[in-house]
This record gives sequence, C-alpha cells and structure tokens, in this order.
Amino acid sequence: MLELTFKGGKAYYGWVLALLATIGAGFALYLWQLDFGLGITGMSRDVSWGFYIANFTYLVGVAAGGVMVVLPYYLHDYKAYGRITVLGEFLAIAAIVMCLSFIIADLGQPMRALNVLLYPTPNSILFWDMIVLNGYLFLNLVIGWNVLEAERNGTKYQQWLKPFIYLSIPWAISIHTVTAYLYCGMPGRHFWLTAILAPRFLSSAFAAGPALLIVMCLFIRKFTNFDPGKEQIQTLAKTVAYAIVINVFFFLCEIFVAFYSNIPGHMDHIKYLFVGLHGHGVMVPWMWASMILMVLGIILTVNPATRRNESTLLVGCLVIILGTWIDKALGMIAGGFVPNPLHEVNEYVPTLPEIGIALGVYALGALVLTLFYKMAISVKEEVRA
Amino acid sequence: MESRRSFLKVAGVAALGLGTTPALKAVAASGEAGGGAPQPQVKKGAKALTAKQWAMVIDTRKLQTAADVEPLIEACNKIHNVPHFNNKNHEIKWIWETEFKHAFPDKSNSFLNESVEHRPFPVLCNHCENPPCVRACPTKATFKRESDGIVLMDFHRCIGCRFCMVACPYGARSFNFRDPKPFIKEMNRKFPHRMKGVVEKCNFCAERLAVGEMPACVEASQGAIAFGDLYDPHSPVRELLKENFTIRRKQVLGTEPSVYYIV
Amino acid sequence: MNDKNKIIAGLIVFLALFTFPVWYNLGKAAPAPEVILTEKAKEAKVCVMPTEYMRANHMQLLDHWRHEVVRNAKRVFVNADGKEYTMSLSNTCLDCHSNKADFCDKCHDYASVSPYCYECHIDNPKGE
Repeated sequence: MLELTFKGGKAYYGWVLALLATIGAGFALYLWQLDFGLGITGMSRDVSWGFYIANFTYLVGVAAGGVMVVLPYYLHDYKAYGRITVLGEFLAIAAIVMCLSFIIADLGQPMRALNVLLYPTPNSILFWDMIVLNGYLFLNLVIGWNVLEAERNGTKYQQWLKPFIYLSIPWAISIHTVTAYLYCGMPGRHFWLTAILAPRFLSSAFAAGPALLIVMCLFIRKFTNFDPGKEQIQTLAKTVAYAIVINVFFFLCEIFVAFYSNIPGHMDHIKYLFVGLHGHGVMVPWMWASMILMVLGIILTVNPATRRNESTLLVGCLVIILGTWIDKALGMIAGGFVPNPLHEVNEYVPTLPEIGIALGVYALGALVLTLFYKMAISVKEEVRA
Repeated sequence: MESRRSFLKVAGVAALGLGTTPALKAVAASGEAGGGAPQPQVKKGAKALTAKQWAMVIDTRKLQTAADVEPLIEACNKIHNVPHFNNKNHEIKWIWETEFKHAFPDKSNSFLNESVEHRPFPVLCNHCENPPCVRACPTKATFKRESDGIVLMDFHRCIGCRFCMVACPYGARSFNFRDPKPFIKEMNRKFPHRMKGVVEKCNFCAERLAVGEMPACVEASQGAIAFGDLYDPHSPVRELLKENFTIRRKQVLGTEPSVYYIV
Repeated sequence: MNDKNKIIAGLIVFLALFTFPVWYNLGKAAPAPEVILTEKAKEAKVCVMPTEYMRANHMQLLDHWRHEVVRNAKRVFVNADGKEYTMSLSNTCLDCHSNKADFCDKCHDYASVSPYCYECHIDNPKGE
C-alpha cells in the first residue's frame, strides 16, 4: 500500500516538500541544541520542563482520542464508524510519533535514552510511559495497516487481529492515565497533586482528539473523492460536546477544592495562571483565552443548531483544539512549576529555537499523518470506484 | 538491587560486561596456580566513615548573617567544581542561602521574630529517607545508597529527563543546561566536574566521607553544622536532636528529610 | 519484468556507494601506534592488573571501578598480588600515565573510539 503515497498531484507534493523543509529546519535547530545543550530553550532550574513536554502531554491526548471511534465501532458495533476508524488509528500513530520525538528533544543526553531499557526501573512512571506509548504505536500500526489492507482486498480483516483491537481500547486509556501519573504523583507540586488529573486529561483528550478528527474529515470531504460521512461527523461532534463539558466541569471542581478549602499551596498556582502572582502574570491572557475558547466550544457543539451546521461545527472544533491546547499544554506546565517549591516566582517563556524545534516535530507528525491518510483515502477511493 | 552486582562479586573484576569470557581467561592465565589464584577485590578505604543514615543538624542561631553562611557555600562550590552562571535560568546550586519564608513556606508566619526573618537559611539536598526523586528516576541514575542513606547521582547514567527535578519538593536539583566547564572559576583537580545534559545536586560529600573527612560545609561552618549517623544514639546529630527543638522542611510530605534545623 | 535494467543499475549504484569507504581507504591504513610509557610507568613495571589484561580490558576495568565507586561506596581496589589502589581515573591511572596524548589518545584515535571520560574527569590532574 505504501506505493499509494507516491501518487499525488502538485498540491500534495508541494505540501510534502514544505513539511520536509520544516522538518529539516527543525532538525538543524535540534543539532544546535544537541551541541549547546538545553540552554537554548527557555527552561530553567525552576521550570525544568517546558514547551516540549507540554506538547508531548497534549499529543498523548490526541493519540488517546482516536479510541473514541474505535470503541463504538468494535465494542458497540456502531457500523457507521467503519468508514473512519482507520482515520482515528492513523491520527493516533502520527500523534505518538510526535510524542516520542518531543521526549527525545527534551532529553539532556539523548544518546543515553536506551538506558531506560538497560536499567529497567518499574517504580518510575517514565518507564511505564515508554512501554504504553510504544505499545500503543505498535497496536495502531498493526491494526490500522491490516484492517486497511483487508478493505483494499475486499475481505474481512484477519481473525487474530481481534484481541489486539480489544486490547487497544483500554490501552488508549492507559497512555493518558500514565501520562497524568507523571505529574500527579509528585509530592509538593500541588497544582498536579489531584486524583482527577487523569480523568481531566482524558476528558480533554476525548474533546481534542475527535475535534481534530472532525476537522480532518471535513478537509478530506472537500479535497478528495472520499466522504467520511455526515452521520459520522455528527456522532463525533456529540462525543466532543460531552467531553468538553466534562473537561470544564472537572476544572471547576479543581477551582472549588482549591478556593473553598482556602489552602494557599493549592490556590497559588491557579492564582498565578488566572490573575498573576507577586506581579508575574505572563500566562493570564492565555488562560482566559483558553477559558473563553472552551466555553465557546461548548456553546457551538452542545447547541443542536450550531452542531448540525458544519461551518459552525468546524469553528467549534477549532476553538476546542486551541482552548484545550492552551489549558493542557501551556497551563499545565506553567501552573505546576510556578511558584517553585520554595515559593519563588520564576516564569517560563519558550524561546524561538525551542518553538522552531517544536514546529519541526509538528511537521514530522503532519508528514506521517499526510502519508498515512493519503494511503487510507486512496484505498477508500479505490474500493468505492 | 542489581543482579549485575552480585554476579560481579562472584566472578571478580574481569567478569563485567560483554567481554566476560576472554577477560576471565586473561585473569586465570595471569594467576600463578590457576583455580586457587587470588581474585582482585574492591573494598572501602580504611579511613572511610560509615553510618546507617547520614544526617545533618544546622544550628541557624550560629549563622546570623550572610557572612556566616557564604564561606560554607564557597567551600562546597570550590571543592565540587560547581559553576557560576550569570544567567539565572542556568544556575547550579548544591547548597545555597535563602530566607526562612522560602526554606519553610508552610511554616512562615506573617509576623516572625526579626532575627529569624532576616537570618540566611542554608538549604541543600535533604537526603530524604523516602526520596521522591529516586522514585521518579527511570534509569536508577539517582539512587539512595543502601550503605549510608546518601541520595546520589550517577552522572554516567543520567539521561537528563529532569523528572527528578520535578519530583523534588525542595528545589534541590540543578540541570546542566550547557557545558559548565567555562564557568568554573577555579578547577579542583582532585574532583570531576559535570557535562551538559545531566542533573546534579549535593552529594553529602560522599567523596570526603570515603577518606575520613567531614563534609566541606560542616568543616567550614565552625561548629554551626553537626553531621553524623541518625541511627547512632551517641552521634553528635542525635545529641543535638535530644537537646534542641528542631524542624525539617515540608515534613508533611512524608519524605523524611535528613537535614534538621535549629531555629 | 521489463525493469530489469533499472534494477541492476540501481543495485550497482547502491553497491558502489555502500562499499565506498572500503575502496576509498584502500592501502591508506595508518601504522598501529606504539604505546609510550612515562618514566614513572616504566619504573612501576606492572599496572593494577597484568599488562595483557589491561591492554584488552582496561575499559571494562574502568567501568567496573566507576560502578563500585559511584554506586557501592567502595573506592579501594586490591589486585591479585594484594596491592591496593584508589579507584580513580584522574588520580590513579593518570598519575603514572600522565602522558594522556601519547598513552591514551593515539590508540583511541587509531581505533576510532572517542570515550567521553575527559568531559568531566580532569585529564592532567597535576596541572602540567
């Protein structure tokens, strides 16, 4: 099926070349980082994780979000999703590729990364994160590829795939749970020290992942001969609507606990994010923007009229993608690290090279997604022709 | 902890790593009488100081001004080749001074007695009995040494993921955001420095204890800091704990810090 | 199967590129460097382990040393003859072999290995 990725028009090749150029530029910046050290980023002694891990966290969510089409189709036999499950699986593959790249970009000594395998340490959550992420990548590759190939050959997928498909459902939950555990098991980091961090991550993932999938479906319908289907998009939109409402609800639960209990350690991080602390407030406009975007997303996806209208639905999905990105990527990192354990405020802003490397990783993900989607859509066009 | 270690004890020095067989043969050939030949061994130095859990009591009453604290920070930095960066983001700190409200953010009152409010508090790695950083490390590059409870760094193994910095509730860890070498004022040629991309922190002067010396800050403190075995009832540390009311940083987190403060 | 010529041409190009380093360097092999000992090392006659062992396995020995020192708090090495040494690259090995450029680097360069020991460990502890 790989040969399908070579057959495309000018726009397709132009896009692929543009992505390759961005990847190249990002990689050049990465080589600089490799030579100089992580000092070219905005990270510091106090904010020791930054833009890379922030985006990593968000993209684990996007990867897990793919399960929102896999689960109804395989567990509930919701036939309509048969057309688009592979899109969910391939989106997950691209997202995991980006996650792993962001982890590598974040390491101070990347050439020693395999020490994680050489000295396996089950008490470290990072050890488990490595297992679940690579496992999820493997599962989606095997499942997505074989199911698509079966569709191309006009047969049903192999029987032995079934257990892998069923396994991939809890596995999707596990990748984001483990990623939340990276944060919420840290004593003395009160912003993260909350039992609903994993549920929060999942709810935001199940909003952002399917929202991105809807955007992709609308794009595919417009520019290819394959229509992912109106019903499919509408069902996904309902998933997005529920998930984003739950996400905001969970957030309000956090606000209640922090401010009704009036415990300074819990309030200070939230204060820093939304009103600033000791005169530092670089995150304030971002966080309010995030809240406004998510509320707007709720209005547009919950209200039946705007949900059924695909133009307003598209806007709803885009604001949800952006709103949850600010909330979970930027806010989660900045809020957790500021103020620091000694209650000093040292803010974090990513540097341009850092953003450049991140763009390179996003371009890599976009390339993976483009090639896989090209393959999937070519097969679907072929089958329907 | 590591099967590799016990294997080493049996097979001796030559058995390490991939070159096991040829290496073993080489050693056997060099022995005078084959099987009965003495095997190379490793051991602690004769003067090495030992403890079940090293601990520190800092009598902050004896460290009233910055001039009292700076010499001990300076002694540590010099001995351990701790670099000095002007860029605050890249700072490396093993032991440093801060105010009471930062050292003990959960114990700070709005109205403190003046002496405590303005006193410089030396803070460093607490060498916790339940260290969260050790729990977080994915490669065991940071570990709690079983023999004496020091929380150490294996710089050769650290991959620079900085999970330990996230886990430490005391901000005791620093990351080498760039090559530290040009920023070391005066190189101590007896002690290694670090490379970019690894995390470092106070090591309770493990290298000095190994040759029978007290930690550098303890020595420079002119009696303000006591050091000893927490589980030896006659150690200087226990004597002080018996006679004085002490506090530790963020006790509520259950990490069991080994650094005690007399206020 | 009418792509036969293209495939063969492709294979030839691939093989040519793949084997390029071999034939490019043909006949250019540098002579193996001679180990140069300092006066102190010559006087001592024996290293911490027999010369044959050291030549083949010094890297394993150093790896073992660092493991014992860093992780197990054991800093003294007792060799088969009962002689004791402090396990330290800078302070023991380089005490005798103070000519790092001649003793270490030449061979490492020849073997094309670049150990990064000296990114942290002092390569001339005596400051010469």
